[in-house]
This record gives sequence, C-alpha cells and structure tokens, in this order.
Amino acid sequence: MERELYFASPEELKRYKRKQLISNVLLYTFLSIVAAFILIPFYWMLITAVKSNELLELEQTTGVFYFFPPEITFANFVRVFGAASRVNFGQYYLNTIIVAIATMIMTVVTTVLASFAFARLNFRMKEPLFTLMIATMMIPGEMMVITNFQTISILEWRDTFQALILPFGISVFYIFFLRQTFQQIPNELYLAAKVDGYGDFQYLWKVMVPMAMPTIVTIIILDMMGTWNAYIWPQLVTESDEMLMVSNGLMSIFQSAEFANFNNIKLAASVVVTTPLLIVFMLFKNYIMRGVSRSGIKG
Amino acid sequence: MLEHKRDGWKATIALFPAFILLTIFILFPIVNTVLLSFMDNFAWAPGAGLWLFGNTFDLFPSLGNYLAVLSDPTFIDALWNTILLVIISVPLSIIVSLLIAVALYNIKALKGFFQTIFFLPYVTNGIALGMVFNVIFSKYDTGLMNQILISLGLIASDSPINWVGADGATKLAMAVVLIVYFLWNGLAFKILVFMSGLASIDRQYYDAARIDGADRKTIFNRITVPLLSPQILYITITSFIGAFKVYASVISIFGRGPFNFGGSTGLTWVTVVGYVYRDMRTDTGRAAAGSIVLLLIILVITAAQFAISKKRIHY
Repeated sequence: MERELYFASPEELKRYKRKQLISNVLLYTFLSIVAAFILIPFYWMLITAVKSNELLELEQTTGVFYFFPPEITFANFVRVFGAASRVNFGQYYLNTIIVAIATMIMTVVTTVLASFAFARLNFRMKEPLFTLMIATMMIPGEMMVITNFQTISILEWRDTFQALILPFGISVFYIFFLRQTFQQIPNELYLAAKVDGYGDFQYLWKVMVPMAMPTIVTIIILDMMGTWNAYIWPQLVTESDEMLMVSNGLMSIFQSAEFANFNNIKLAASVVVTTPLLIVFMLFKNYIMRGVSRSGIKG
Repeated sequence: MLEHKRDGWKATIALFPAFILLTIFILFPIVNTVLLSFMDNFAWAPGAGLWLFGNTFDLFPSLGNYLAVLSDPTFIDALWNTILLVIISVPLSIIVSLLIAVALYNIKALKGFFQTIFFLPYVTNGIALGMVFNVIFSKYDTGLMNQILISLGLIASDSPINWVGADGATKLAMAVVLIVYFLWNGLAFKILVFMSGLASIDRQYYDAARIDGADRKTIFNRITVPLLSPQILYITITSFIGAFKVYASVISIFGRGPFNFGGSTGLTWVTVVGYVYRDMRTDTGRAAAGSIVLLLIILVITAAQFAISKKRIHY
C-alpha cells in the first residue's frame, strides 16, 4: 500500500485508517439519504399507480396509508391505454413517436450538413454566420414561440404533424456540438482522402460521419428524448384529442374533472410516460450523460 | 493549402437545409417579436393579416407595451415569485450538489450506482414527475408529505397542510413545494458538471495538502471550491436563467389554471413565462414585450455574474 509511505509510525497509520473508516461511513450514509430522496417520487409513482380505486378510497376515509399496497392492480394502465375513456395513450404514444422520428431525421440531416460546412469548408461569411447562429442560443424560446404560433396559424397548420415537426428540424446547439467533434478529426485524413479521389461530400459520408458516430448517436437520443418531453409548443398548436403528444395527454388527464380524485390513474399515466425514458436512459447511459455534461439543455 | 481552397457552392448546399429552417423559425421570429413589442394594441387573430409586416400601419412604435408590462402587478408578482425561488433554491441546490459530487469523488465502491440514481430526475418527463409531486404534496392527510409531518408530530392528523390545493394553499406552502421540487430536479445536472470539474483537478493538489496535514474542511474550502469556481459560475448562471424560465413544472404541480398560471382558482403561482403565454393571443404586443424583458433579465444576470466573478475565478 503506497499510503503507508506517508506515515511515521504504525499508530499513525492505524489512526489514519480509523479516520478513513469513519469518513467512509459518513459518506455512504449521506449518499444513501440523497439516493432515497431521489428515488421516493419514483417509488410513490409506482405504488400509487397499482392501487385500486377501492384501496384509494379506503385510505382517504381511514387516513391510513399503505406504503406497501396489499394487492396490486393493472387496471389503471388498461384505463389510460383504453378505448373506453377519452384518454388513449396508445394514440399519444403513436403521435409522439411519429413526431420524434421525423424531427430526429430532419435534425440529424441539417446538423450533419451544417456542422460539416462550419468545420471543414472554407467560404465567405463563415465566421459571421456561425456567430449569428450561436448568438440565437441566448434568446429565450418564448420570443420565437410568439411569432411561430402566428406563422403556423397563417399557414393553417394548427393540429398538423408538420406544425409539431418543422420548427424542431434544426438545433443550433447540436450544430455547435457536432462541429466540435468534426474539428477533432485530423487534417491528414482529409488530405489522404483527397489523394484517393474522394470529393468533399464523399469524405463527409465515408469518413467524418463514421468517426463522429458517438456524437451523432448522442444527438439522436437527446433529440428524441426532447420530443418525448415537449410540452409547450404541442400544447399551443394541437387542438384535437387525436393529435396530442404524451406530455399533453398527461396534462389533460391532470386537468380533467373525470380523474380529479383518481391519483392512481393520473400516476399510472405518469408511469406510462416515464418508463420509455428510463429504459432509453439505462441502454444509452454513457451517451446521454456525455451529451448532457456538454450542454445543459433539457428537451 | 487547405486555407486557400474555396468551397462556396458546396457550403451553400450544406448550409441550405439548416439555414432555411433557422431563418423561418428562429431568425425571423426574433426580428418580428422585437418589432411587435413596440406596437400598441396588436392582437393577432386568425384571418387578421400576415404577421406584423402584412398589417396596415396604423400602429406605430411606442414603448407602451414595455410600460404596461413593467407596471403590471401580475408581472411584478411573477418576478417576486422567481426571486423568492432563486435566493433559496439556487444556493441550496449548489451547496448540496457540490457536497454530493465531492462525496462521490471520494468513494470507490458503488460510485456508478449512485451516479446513475442521482441522474434519474434529469431523464424523466417534467409533467409526469410534476404530477407525482402534486400527489406527494396532496392536501389530504394521505399525502406523503403530510404523513411524514403527522408521524413526526409536527401537525395534527385532522389538520393536514394544504400544499397544492386550489382552495386555500398559501403562497408559503406553494414555495416550499417548488423548492423541494427544484432541489430534486436540479441536482442531476449540477452533480454531473461538478463531477467533470473535479475529474480535471490534478490529484497532486490533494496529495500535497494531505502531506501538509490539511483536514477535509480546509481541503474543501481552499482547493476544491476555488478550483471548481468556473463550474460554480456556470451552474449559477444556468440556474438563475432556468429559474426565470420556469413554466411547465409549475403548471404540472399546481394544475394549469386561468391564464396558464399554476393553480386553478384562488391563489395562483404566476411565472414570467406564463405571463407571456397568457397574452400571446389577445395582446400579442404586450406578450412580445414580456418576452423581451425576460431576455434582458437573462442578459443582465449573465453579464453581472461574469463581472462579479471576474476577479474571483481561478482558471
């Protein structure tokens, strides 16, 4: 053990080790308390979602709360996916997936091409254009929403998929992010590719895109998660129930008098919306955390 | 050689898809919204005409909308709400997340496990978890928060606190709910940023300090905090800005009441963004002015924090 080098006597080493032990106990206790604080809402969501209406009523009348429900039911999930009620998360899922995939494809195309231009091509106005683009990142989204809402209304695109998709077909931040990755690709590769007779776009497709794949995957995941969580814009441009996306479906459950006293159904809907996100997170944890630590954007 | 080649037409092709969307949905709206904010009584209605530019100009530039926004009690209320949240929740969450990051840095076993758990709130749907907090802070005695307070003997079981209920939740109660929510929700990103900051600090500083016999507190105050000051500045700025942009979480916890503010009837929790959306259809010019005031606040905060910390940041 290299640490022993630091200590004059065995007693001092012993004292050091005891101190280490105490601090470890304190550290793990602290971290466990925080972990419990983080996990409680998830646990609460789950146990409430599987409680039956009768159990909920029993709790309300007796004031006794069941932290471990004696019996669980999946009826609430059936209800939120059900054709029987006005709420149909099957439809909301489908809408959100359509919008997420279409938005993602557009975003990836615009991002890859624009980042390529800014990272590899030489053209007049390159720096001013890039600065202009980056400057828009400071502007709060509300300023765009006010006018975009008018644009969409004038085009009579309210309640259409293109209204949900097109405004999110470009992301300045992703262009900034991917450009950085592209710039790290050594010039020698470009020169070698030139010697081999590659054109610029061939080089982009055959060399840059494969090399930047981890960043592109991060962009794909963050973008789709962003769409999954989108609330404000879809809320403004959708009118009919059939066009709602998942977050808006959730909010309409929350707002409706029909479910006012049914926390189990509300939170079953929350589980339905949260689960895909958690699965994606578990599968692509490293991509997501890497992307987020660079950005701080939240979809 | 590379510097001298010219790729004008290739660049045009490559930038075309991005810039056409950028122009329509980002650049034009910024210009249009700025112009709108100087127009009195501009209420856009379907069929009334094209954006601003298509309208007949019996509207002329004035500062009326800005004066209306800044003297509107509702807007002032929104600002006070934000300030209340900012002064409590920003320092609190920064301190807590810094402690967590340092704790994580100092352990080996289960490090990844804890990191994953702490990151979970970041990847969840804001509306879904807002609803969970609404249920946890239920006004009935079966809500988790009231259960905890009852079992601690802080409140009687027949007088649960109304945290989020439309009928009679106090402002203080609502503020407590929001502070807990923002602490819960905001830790993930801060921990991640502090962890990557810590990873870039040279271990030698810590070894040297230990040889000199410095205790944990001294190490934390004299090494960790100063060397993390760029991250702390970054987090402070983003947290301040985030607090002013709060919207979806508020309406998902309290319900979307009249005019898109949190809470249904009775007391509502007004937010700056909610204020903008309230007026968007009926008084577009004022909403535009509100959104530009928001932009100015963000710029001032950023500039002020850079100026204040210029001397105190150790890069």
